Amino acid sequence: MDPITLAFLALAFLIIVASLFVVSSRNIFHSAIFLILALFGVAGIFVLLEAPFLAAAQVLIYVGAISILMIFAVMLTARIADGQLRYTNEQVPTGLLVSLGLLVVMLYSLWQTPIPTSAAAPVSGAGRKLGELFLTQYVLPFEIISVLLLTALIGALVIAKKDPRAASAADDSAADVPARERERAVV
Amino acid sequence: MSAFDLTKFYADWQIILPECFLFVWALFVLTLATLGKKDEPGRSGTFALWTILGALITAVWVGVTADGAAFGGTFVFDRLAVVFKEVVLGGVILTAISSIGTVGRLEVHRGEYYGLILLSAVGMLLMVSATELLTLYIAIELSTMGLYVLAAYHKGSRRSAEAGLKYVILGGISSAILLYGVAWLYGLTGTTNLAAIKDAVMNIYMSTGGFPPAMTLALIFVLAGFGFKLALAPFHMWAPDVYEGAPTPITAFLSVASKAAALAAFLRVFFVGLESAAMAWTQMIAALAALGMIVGNVTAIVQTNIKRMLAYSSVAQIGYILVGAVARDTWGATAISFYTMAYLFANMGAFICVIAFSERTGSDEIADYNGLAARSPVLAAFFALFLLSLTGIPPTAGFLAKYYVFLAAVNAGYLWLVIVGLLTSVIALYYYATVIRKMYFPSGETASTITVSKSLTLALVISTIGVLFFGVFPGPFVGWIQNAAQMLLAGK
Repeated sequence: MDPITLAFLALAFLIIVASLFVVSSRNIFHSAIFLILALFGVAGIFVLLEAPFLAAAQVLIYVGAISILMIFAVMLTARIADGQLRYTNEQVPTGLLVSLGLLVVMLYSLWQTPIPTSAAAPVSGAGRKLGELFLTQYVLPFEIISVLLLTALIGALVIAKKDPRAASAADDSAADVPARERERAVV
Repeated sequence: MSAFDLTKFYADWQIILPECFLFVWALFVLTLATLGKKDEPGRSGTFALWTILGALITAVWVGVTADGAAFGGTFVFDRLAVVFKEVVLGGVILTAISSIGTVGRLEVHRGEYYGLILLSAVGMLLMVSATELLTLYIAIELSTMGLYVLAAYHKGSRRSAEAGLKYVILGGISSAILLYGVAWLYGLTGTTNLAAIKDAVMNIYMSTGGFPPAMTLALIFVLAGFGFKLALAPFHMWAPDVYEGAPTPITAFLSVASKAAALAAFLRVFFVGLESAAMAWTQMIAALAALGMIVGNVTAIVQTNIKRMLAYSSVAQIGYILVGAVARDTWGATAISFYTMAYLFANMGAFICVIAFSERTGSDEIADYNGLAARSPVLAAFFALFLLSLTGIPPTAGFLAKYYVFLAAVNAGYLWLVIVGLLTSVIALYYYATVIRKMYFPSGETASTITVSKSLTLALVISTIGVLFFGVFPGPFVGWIQNAAQMLLAGK
C-alpha cells in the first residue's frame, strides 16, 4: 500500500471515530473538542488532495474560529454549565435506523456509479487562481455572502438584545426565553 | 485572464440594478432606525414601501432595457425573471403594508423589522435570477436568514420563539441537504452552471443509456432541499408551527414571497438544468404533488386555528402547483407561473384578513369567526372571496390557475394526478366553506362590530383586484408568461 492511501485510511478512521464521539458524548463540551479533531482530519484530507489552500482555510476558519465560538457558546450558556440539560433523547433508535439506511443506499449508489475523474495535474498557485475567480467569474456569489453576513449580524443583534419591556409584556411564561435566544445568537 | 472591460462591467451591474436598489435602501432604512430618540411607527414603513415600489419599477425598467446573462453566467435577467420578480415584490409590498399595525405595536426594533424584510427580499430577487447552483444556494440562504429572525420577532412570546427556533434548525438541515445534493451533482457533472449541467447530464445518458444510482440520489437530495423551502409534503413538518408562531404578516411573507422565489428557482433547476434527467424526476414529483394535495387538505379539516388551517392549505396549494411540473413543457411552466400569481393574491389576501381580525379581537381561533358577516360585512366578504379563490371557484384567478395546471397534466398523460387533484379540491371546498358558513350563518350570539384599519383595507383592495382581474382578464398576462416559459425552455 502506498503511503498516500495509508495516510488517507488513517485520517478517515480518525474522522469517523471523532465524529461518532461528537454525537454520542454525554458532555457537550467533549463533543465540541471531538469536533475540532474531526475538522483537523478533514484538513488532512485536503492536504492529501493537494489543496493546501483549502487545508489552511479549514484549519483557520473551522478549527480556529468556529470551534472556539462553539466552546464560548457552551461556556456562556448558564443552563449548560448547571448540568441541568439532557443531551440525549428517545429518538436514538429511529435516528440510527435512518442513518444506517442512508449509509447503505449511498454506499450502493457510489459502488454502482462510475465517478468521473480528471486527468489534469493539480493547479499550482491555487490560492491566487481562487482569488481571481472570486473577483471575476464568481464575483456575484462572493458579494452576496457579505450581504448574507450583514443580515446575520443584524438578526443576531435583534434577537440577542435584551428587550426592557419583554418581561412585563409577555403573553405567557417568558422566563426561559432570553436564555434560549442568547444561545441561538451566539451559535 | 482578459483585461478589465468597463462596458461589460456596466452591463453586468445594470442587470442587477433592482437588487442593488433594494439593498442600498435597506441599508438606509436600517440607518434611519438608529437615528432619533425612538423610531416613530410608520416612518421606516413608509420608507420601506417607497423602496419596494422603486425596486418594482427598476425591475420593469431593466426587463425592458437589458436582457440576458451577466456575471460569467451566474445570473440572468430573462422574461421569467421579470414575471417572478414582480410576483415576489408584489408579495413584499403587501407584507410591508399589512405590517404597519404589527410594527406599531412593537416596543423596539421597528426599523430593523423592515430592514430585514428588504434584505430577505434581495435574496429572493437573486434566487429568481440565479443560473448557477452556488449563487442560487447563497441567495436562498440570504432570503431565509432574515426570515429566521422575523419569525421570532415577538419577544416574550413563547410560540414566536419556538417558531424561530424550529425554522432555524429545520431550515439549516434542509440547506445542508440541498448543498449535499449540489455537491453530488457537481461530482457527477463537473460543473455548477445549470446550462452546462444540462449538457453533462445528457452526455451521461447518451454514454450509458441510463442514469447511475448516484444521479437519482443527487436528485432526491436536491428535491428534498427544495421541498423544505416550499413546505411540500412530506417535508412540511415545520410549516404549521412556524406559521402559527410567527407574526402574521411574516407568515404571509413566508407562505407567498419566499415560495414564489423558490418556485422560480425550481423551474430553473428542474426545467433547465436537470431537463435531460426528466424521466428520473417526473415520477417523484408526481408522487410528491399527490401526497401534498392529500396530506395538506385532509389535515387542514381538523384544524381549529385559522393560521394552522391556512398552513396546511398552503401545503396542498404547493401540491397543486407541482401538478404542473409533470408536464415539463411550455404549458407546465406557464401553468406554474400563473398559479403562483393567483396564489400570491389569494393567500396573501386571506392572511391579511386574519391580521385584520386578530388586530381587533386578539384571536386566531376559527370558532371566533362565528358571525363575522354581521360584525364586519366587508371583512367577511373579502375573506370569503379569497377562500373561494384558494378553492378554485370561478370567476376568481384560483379557478383558472387550477384549470391550467390540470390541463398541462392531462396533456402530459397524468390523468390519475388530475383525478387526485379534483377529489382533494372537494375536501378543500369543505373546510374553506366551513369557515364561510361560520361567518355568514352564526350560531348563538355575535359580539361587537369590527373595524379594519386603512392600511389593511388598502392591502385587501389590492389583493381583491389581483384575484378578480387575473380571473376575468387573464389573456394578455398568460400570453406574456407563455412567452417567458418558451424562452426559458429554449435556453435563451
